[in-house]
Amino acid sequence: MKKEFKVISNIIENNKRVLDVGCGDGTLMEYLKKNQKNDVRGLEPKKDLVQKCISKGLSVIEGDAEKELIQFPKKSFDYVVLSQTLQAFLNPEEVLNQLLRIGKQTIVSIPNFGYWKIRLHLLFKGTMPITKNIPYEWYNTPNLHMCTIQDFVDFCNRQNIKIDKSMCLTNEKISEITNKNIKYKNIYSQLGIFLIQ
Amino acid sequence: MNTDIKKFIINQSLALDCGKIIKGFPLAYETYGTLNEKKSNAILVFHALTGDQFVTNINPITKREGWWAFAVGPGKAIDTNKYFVICANVLGGCMGSFGPKEINPETDKIFRTTFPIITIKDIVSSQKFLLDHLGIKKLLAVVGGSMGGMQVLQFVSLFPNMAHSAIPIACSASHSAQNIALNELGRQAIMADPNWKNESLTPDKGLAVARMAAHITYLSKAGLQEKFGRKLQDKGSLKFSFDADFQIESYLRYQGENFVDRFDANSYLYITRAMDYFDLEKQFNGNLSLAFKNTKSKFCVISFSSDWLYPTSENKEIVIALNACGANVGFVEINSDKGHDSFLLNVPKFLKTLSDFIKSTYDEVNNEKGI
Repeated sequence: MKKEFKVISNIIENNKRVLDVGCGDGTLMEYLKKNQKNDVRGLEPKKDLVQKCISKGLSVIEGDAEKELIQFPKKSFDYVVLSQTLQAFLNPEEVLNQLLRIGKQTIVSIPNFGYWKIRLHLLFKGTMPITKNIPYEWYNTPNLHMCTIQDFVDFCNRQNIKIDKSMCLTNEKISEITNKNIKYKNIYSQLGIFLIQ
Repeated sequence: MNTDIKKFIINQSLALDCGKIIKGFPLAYETYGTLNEKKSNAILVFHALTGDQFVTNINPITKREGWWAFAVGPGKAIDTNKYFVICANVLGGCMGSFGPKEINPETDKIFRTTFPIITIKDIVSSQKFLLDHLGIKKLLAVVGGSMGGMQVLQFVSLFPNMAHSAIPIACSASHSAQNIALNELGRQAIMADPNWKNESLTPDKGLAVARMAAHITYLSKAGLQEKFGRKLQDKGSLKFSFDADFQIESYLRYQGENFVDRFDANSYLYITRAMDYFDLEKQFNGNLSLAFKNTKSKFCVISFSSDWLYPTSENKEIVIALNACGANVGFVEINSDKGHDSFLLNVPKFLKTLSDFIKSTYDEVNNEKGI
């Protein structure tokens, strides 16, 4: 399991209800179900991945988060997880609002567009950045709304979204983001992980 | 009485939705595999409109393969080496269960249209008696496609703690206007046959037309085009007549003719009516999620991309209702160009999903008990 999922599963308490939005092949869900006795559900747009999840006994619904989240009642999950997908929605703001509505707490992770390699790529090569985390060309990327750690934090502040935890990952190393180090983390981290409500 | 048909006589009385009470009536059923000691491996399969209890192997009455032979059997998706499969002929059916072709003991005449109108709820309630008779308190799964799926939904709603898992396939919680219309077309075809009113004759022509019309609705346009196109039947050119020039015509005529040998026209009327009356949402005052409020079952809802009779959108209504009450539900739409019929055909991704989901439930149930 990738480091990001370890960080997310550490945040999630045992025996709680979790919705994994864009759950992929269900790796995180399976871990939470087996090791933390979480009651997990998933939402995933790709049929093949949904079938894989159902095969593993995971309750996953095939569907697009931009259309499907509306059906879940208010605060019906203790945690809603959105891993590295926010930037791919047509309307990330609306999706985020839905996540906050459904979950008592929401865990969002974002690939950090402020990462120094990305900055240097654009500065020196003058072409759209391609990195290990964001491996797409400009013409085939699913990522419509890239943002930086700073952007996300600013957004939460503007929307009065409370950030309970903010962490970042740099080369598999986990650290905390604070008011003091955010400028630095915004340059040196590849991924931001936030617990919000 | 045909000895190939197992019958269980229900001695309790059953109050039907129509107001009548029936008692001492037969329910024909079949089982496959072996019930384990804990009675924890039983799967109740609900058949669709024209199905029967002979799910797999050769049907001893029609001498044809069971309607779900490729899905149920040793080593198949629903593995009878592992699971105990039960299927009952629906109330109102014509394969041994209490239905319009049986003799009314009060008049000594065949019921025909004097048989009481039955509903999906009546059908499901009657099968609960069979489960009690077999001593099964909790099923591993309830599964069915089309009208079978409606029975799955009705079952979990009536008995929220009687199935570990529920698999409604290609169905709807409330029969649509289009589906009622199509059923009415079939019924009118039967009733328009002059033989229908004659007790000593069978309305074969009407029933065949009903079957032909229905059969079209089970297929997709793309599927029909691919299989038949404008191909001619055993001839090089058009014959400028009303014979079956096209393969599709010949195919439909064959389907119609074959059907009348094995199905009772009045059963067709009664069962289609039961489907039309099915409206689980209305049973719960317009709030479908209340139907599942107390359910303990884990759901796997399956639809097919080219099914226009019970389209994905209608299957999704079920998913939405289940989510609204926090039920445990998974959903997948299987890609297939075979239309509504997909659930009766060998669609590998469908069978794999079915098999894996049941297996995961089986493992969970047995692990729970191990701890």
